[in-house]
Amino acid sequence: MAHAPKLELINIQKSFPGVMALANVNFSVEKGTVHVLCGENGAGKSTLMKILNGIYKADEGEIRIDGKPVEIHNPQDARSHGIAMIFQELNFVPEMTVEENFFLGCEPTVGPPGLRRVDWKRIRRESLAMMQAEGVHYPPDEKLRYLSVSDIQMLEITKAVSRDADIIIMDEPTSAITSREVESLMKKIDELRAKGIAIIYISHKMDEIFRIADQITILRDGSVVDSRPAAEYDIDKVISLMVGRTITNVYPKEAVPVGDVVFKAENLSRAGVFEDVSFEVRAGEIVGFAGLVGAGRTEVARAVFGLDPIDSGRIYIKGEETRVRSVRDSMRSGVVMLSEDRRRYGIIPMRSVEENAALSSLGLFIYNGFLHSGKQKKIVSDSFRSMNVKTPSLDTSIESLSGGNQQKVLIAKWLLTDPAVLFLDEPTRGIDVGAKFEIYKLMVGLARQGKGIIMISSELPELLGMCDRIYVMGGGRINGMLEPESYSQENIMRLATGV
Amino acid sequence: MTSGDKFFRFMNRYSIYVILAVLMVACSLASPNFLTVQNLTNVSRQISITTIIAMAETILIIAGMIDLAAGAVLALAGVLSVATYVATGSLVLALGVGALVGVLCNSLSGLVVVKFRTPPFIATLAMQTAARGAALSYTGGQNIYRIGNYTIFGQGYIGPIPTPVLFMLAVVVLTWYILRHTRFGRHLYAVGGNEDAARASGVSIGNTKFIAYAVSGVFVGLAGVLYMSRNNAGLPNAGAGLEFDAMTAAIIGGTSFSGGVGTAMGTLAGGFIMGFLNNGMNLLGVHAYTQQIVRGAIIVLAVIWDVYSKGRRVSAGKPVEAKTGSDA
Repeated sequence: MAHAPKLELINIQKSFPGVMALANVNFSVEKGTVHVLCGENGAGKSTLMKILNGIYKADEGEIRIDGKPVEIHNPQDARSHGIAMIFQELNFVPEMTVEENFFLGCEPTVGPPGLRRVDWKRIRRESLAMMQAEGVHYPPDEKLRYLSVSDIQMLEITKAVSRDADIIIMDEPTSAITSREVESLMKKIDELRAKGIAIIYISHKMDEIFRIADQITILRDGSVVDSRPAAEYDIDKVISLMVGRTITNVYPKEAVPVGDVVFKAENLSRAGVFEDVSFEVRAGEIVGFAGLVGAGRTEVARAVFGLDPIDSGRIYIKGEETRVRSVRDSMRSGVVMLSEDRRRYGIIPMRSVEENAALSSLGLFIYNGFLHSGKQKKIVSDSFRSMNVKTPSLDTSIESLSGGNQQKVLIAKWLLTDPAVLFLDEPTRGIDVGAKFEIYKLMVGLARQGKGIIMISSELPELLGMCDRIYVMGGGRINGMLEPESYSQENIMRLATGV
Repeated sequence: MTSGDKFFRFMNRYSIYVILAVLMVACSLASPNFLTVQNLTNVSRQISITTIIAMAETILIIAGMIDLAAGAVLALAGVLSVATYVATGSLVLALGVGALVGVLCNSLSGLVVVKFRTPPFIATLAMQTAARGAALSYTGGQNIYRIGNYTIFGQGYIGPIPTPVLFMLAVVVLTWYILRHTRFGRHLYAVGGNEDAARASGVSIGNTKFIAYAVSGVFVGLAGVLYMSRNNAGLPNAGAGLEFDAMTAAIIGGTSFSGGVGTAMGTLAGGFIMGFLNNGMNLLGVHAYTQQIVRGAIIVLAVIWDVYSKGRRVSAGKPVEAKTGSDA
């Protein structure tokens, strides 16, 4: 054998009861290259990576590292073969400190046999050295609960690199970090590549993909549909291969008549979080909120929605000054918010899609104190039909739906309350391309009905493509507003970073 | 979908009733005395008090909470109710006092949980100690005897049906109604399933939790009245550990300790399973100590089954993802 790739997956097959998750998948990564794996949610990317990480066992097929077949039965095996995985949804113990997390599961010990104890001095020393080497600086005794998602992700990468992993899998690493951090992640990936590490990079984001990919493989419905050097692709081709159809118009934005101001915030402040925030939304408008993570966009939305307190400022809803002290106040006056964190603030995991959708509008189904389940079923299923929610039945647990369909169920929940204003915080985060398009169409439909929409997003192309105006926040303030004439990613970034 | 998946889906939803049926068949094969009207009536009466408390626990566990004080509050509500009857001779008043004491005690627990964000485990552990102390100090540690017609609650019949069984059925139906058909009930599932999401959906977490405790208090108070009435006395030491029997029924009936899952009918079936198991073992002459070991084993098996069948559901749920429903 003249040359063997760093990692090879050969004819991997995996089925779950009743479904073929992966059918004869072949996939390989060379040393010192970035291999991007694309595909819609449910295409089999995560299953493939879980097999590589030893969480699932393939029914058939072979994994080879440096040309030699290996068996991976659990994440420890994967680690010992030099495979490290940075998960999309980071799992960590919030009460654990930075250094404890670094050495979780491989705590160094000192002392005579039988009396070995954890070597805290060494943990401290090595943690500092690891962070130094990767250019990240956190107090080693800081609890993870006080760090942001992006901080923790950086720590995970640091941990993987310092463990001499030579195959690093990143599952949508940029879905929750700021553009600046994306920049440093990209630099990091270049460094890793230069060191000869093989990287498998899973992402939906086309600009990133084309920026770093050496090779691109596209999965659809558990099979590899195409795999080539990145130079042979363009964005449209990748998208159309992923969804299996050509999406002609990425943003289905339409001009709709704009009406009165339905929501107006004046000088809202919350100490240490945001300051002097004023903005307005008219009926039929889609207004964007851009900014880096931590700019205060989500915090403003949460406060306006009654989840967090506001120290000062005024809110006018449909022209009337309104005091919002709770989510109920806000819902009653016609303002709802779709949270960026679907798992935490969105779904009730073990309950059915019907219950999830009906939760905020139970009043609609109550007669004489009796919840009319037939009426609830009908209204919810009508709403699902109009929104094209794909679910096997109304009794299906919401967890078993794809991210895009969960998101639609949550939007259905809010639409049942007949809101005038919708705050959509990262409405397309972590959902696949086809579902994103449907969410966009839905937003346009709502604007056409005269609803005012505020869209918070960290994906600039999506804001530029969908919004009538864009407010840009930075450091808890609104740094400026852009009209379509001055739309550009550069202008937004300039305002966001306060340049 | 394979037939295995279908089997698991069915079992996931109805396993508790299948187990109950199998248990009944096994008991009736083992003992000719099992399947008699007399015996079934007895079992129903034996489980009635525990099952009423189990409904209280079900409501709380669904919302992600717990009540460790049920046994002690039962005793306090019971002795105060008995004392009321002895003093006034009014059955209605006595019943009202019992329920009221239950509501007040549990509302206090609820208040501590909601206002001071105390973990329900701690708040109700404190209430357990305090309520027991209150029952003992009120009675001076003495049982209250000569309770006259008060026995009607626990020992009477309406037609062929013992009154405690009727009370139990009423509480079961009420719990079913609350959980299934009221806004409050739907909010319980949401709060237990994901408190953050429930708050962000406009559910008042505080109200929901507080009302859950208040409602559970009614059931506990009522159970106290029945308990004293059946035992012909006001017993300040009554009901120690009863909350755990009640939780056992709820867990066997499919209520999940992680919250968000459970039904009144499941808990009722859980109560009957424990009742028939005890009854069957008694009829077979199994030693009382051995019975405890068997009950322990049953609890663990029930939970293992629950975890196992849920694991199955997750994988069996995948094939339908984004493939069925209305067409694209």
